[in-house]
Amino acid sequence: MLLTERERLREELLQLIGQIGRDRSALLPLLQEVQRKYCHISEYCMQVIADLLDIHPVEVHSVVSFYSFLDERPQGQFVIRLCRTATCDMAGKDHVARQLRNDLRIGFGQTTPDGKFSLDWANCLGMCDQGPAMLVNERIFTRVTPEKVHGILAECRQMFGAHATSSPKERQI
Amino acid sequence: MTTSAAVQTTTNRLTFAAIEAGQGLNAALKQPPADALRQVAFSGLRGRGGAGFSTSLKWELAAKSAGERKYVVCNADEGEPGTFKDRVILADFADLVFEGMTIGAWVIGAAHGIVYLRAEYTYLRPHLEAVLQRRRDAGLLGSAVAGQNGFAFDIAIRMGSGAYVCGEETALIESLEGQRGEPRNRPPFPIDTGFLGNPTIVNNVETFAWVTCILAKGADWFKGLGTEKSTGHKLFSVSGDCARPGVYELPMGITVAELLEEVGGEAAKAVQIGGAAGQCVPAARFDRTIAYEDIPTGGSVIVLGPQRDLLRMSRNFLEFFLEESCGQCTPCREGIPKLLEGVELLQNGRCSMTYLEELCGLGETMQQASKCGLGQSAPNALLSIVEHFQDEILGRVVAKRPPARRERTA
Ligand SMILES: Cc1cc2nc3c(=O)[nH]c(=O)nc-3n(C[C@H](O)[C@H](O)[C@H](O)COP(=O)(O)O)c2cc1C
Ligand code: SF4
Ligand code: FES
Repeated sequence: MLLTERERLREELLQLIGQIGRDRSALLPLLQEVQRKYCHISEYCMQVIADLLDIHPVEVHSVVSFYSFLDERPQGQFVIRLCRTATCDMAGKDHVARQLRNDLRIGFGQTTPDGKFSLDWANCLGMCDQGPAMLVNERIFTRVTPEKVHGILAECRQMFGAHATSSPKERQI
Repeated sequence: MTTSAAVQTTTNRLTFAAIEAGQGLNAALKQPPADALRQVAFSGLRGRGGAGFSTSLKWELAAKSAGERKYVVCNADEGEPGTFKDRVILADFADLVFEGMTIGAWVIGAAHGIVYLRAEYTYLRPHLEAVLQRRRDAGLLGSAVAGQNGFAFDIAIRMGSGAYVCGEETALIESLEGQRGEPRNRPPFPIDTGFLGNPTIVNNVETFAWVTCILAKGADWFKGLGTEKSTGHKLFSVSGDCARPGVYELPMGITVAELLEEVGGEAAKAVQIGGAAGQCVPAARFDRTIAYEDIPTGGSVIVLGPQRDLLRMSRNFLEFFLEESCGQCTPCREGIPKLLEGVELLQNGRCSMTYLEELCGLGETMQQASKCGLGQSAPNALLSIVEHFQDEILGRVVAKRPPARRERTA
């Protein structure tokens, strides 16, 4: 990473802290914002945040590693989370999972080489009356079938493209 | 039938739909906090998040607790498998929830409210922020709530980050404080040492909405519904093998059979009540009632048709707990993988009766010795399946894998 990029990132974190606050209870909102913007929380970010909040970097890391929606490694622009819990299992989530793997050519826990999609499992998404359920970033899809998977991925590429959560460049940091 | 803002969920006729915003709050603010509290106490309302603790007692303790700063926290972390009623309430009746929180603040003397919304429900946030803003503009939140000088209260939304255990109230508070979501030892309870060490009430989304209804329609009305120890109506999230899955408002004390009839699930061989943390009730016991004195639940009802493999379900639940356990205490951290191994043995038809008994013993130890409700309830589903469905789980014959096709030698 270039020094100027580091400086820019530090500036941005400072600004965020200005908005959110610098006490300990601001840590999660801060991390959530960094995750949203950069699709992960890099080691460098954790260090800067620890520095600015005046806590040990290990503390920040231990929080990041606890929560499943906070990632240390870069995630795709579109994070797909398929519900694997009981009623979605009963509703046929395995078939949807297979189709997702086939169409994205990655397994669960992986990211496509172009950095567009990450595939992951989720626990109950609160849509059990309409399973199988799936989150794509913040958006919820219900009654997903293998046939619908291709359409959803295509829609991601087009519709969300305009206001995707970050540019690939930001994701590198 | 109502539709939630996000997606359509079928519901029956909900009391919430008949309550106008403002009714409950105005009624509460006309009386001193102690009288409003008396109404909640008289109604007999118990927490709708699962544990069923008396709402008025919690509030009374928080009201008495010494502290300048107090907090009202709404637990919108709804993560119990099979539960989605809080999503519907937040999408369709957010006013009633915020009003219930405001009434709570009036009763305990709090100026700050926090909604802890699970990350999976981020799509609800813009709607909730809009409702909050509308309430601020209408003077129902802010420096003088509904014109009451000296009563300031506002509500902020804080997001979870994908951890089921953060629904446990002390883990939720840890999370709000910027920590890992690890449950605390209790006592001290949040009512005296809660968020940032201040007195805090944590209640479920549905609990707050009922408080608003109780103030609006009268405690008598609520007390007249349900049973003596489980008053009122409850929202059930019904999923699985039934004709009409959705959210149902039904009286406490209803039998499982009656509930199944309502949702078109009469053919069920079993019903999982209370989510992954709950119990599996066999058809022979469908005369049991859903109430704190018999089968308690936060509202999750999963209907299981004759074709369902109960071991598969209990394995799914244990995998869920394995991932969601915070790992802080030994019975839970070490016990869950052992139970999971046992289920795998059962699935492969390789579990002896002696070993099964040992597993059940381990399950009972976990119920007793785990630090929080997660570890305490993780064995429930398996134990109830072992109790009621031995014929289904014992002596399984596993279909042999077909022999590998011989490579063709061209
Ligand atoms: C592992 C675990 C998860 C929980 N998840 C939730 C939840 O998502 N929502 C909720 O309201 N209560 C949940 N609870 C119960 C809370 O600890 C607490 O009892 C509840 O928020 C109190 O509110 P009530 O009295 O209004 O039900 C959970 C408990 C445990 C042990
Ligand atoms: S019971 Fe499980 S989730 Fe609860 S504190 Fe112990 S390890 Fe953590
Ligand atoms: S089980 Fe999949 S949304 Fe609840």
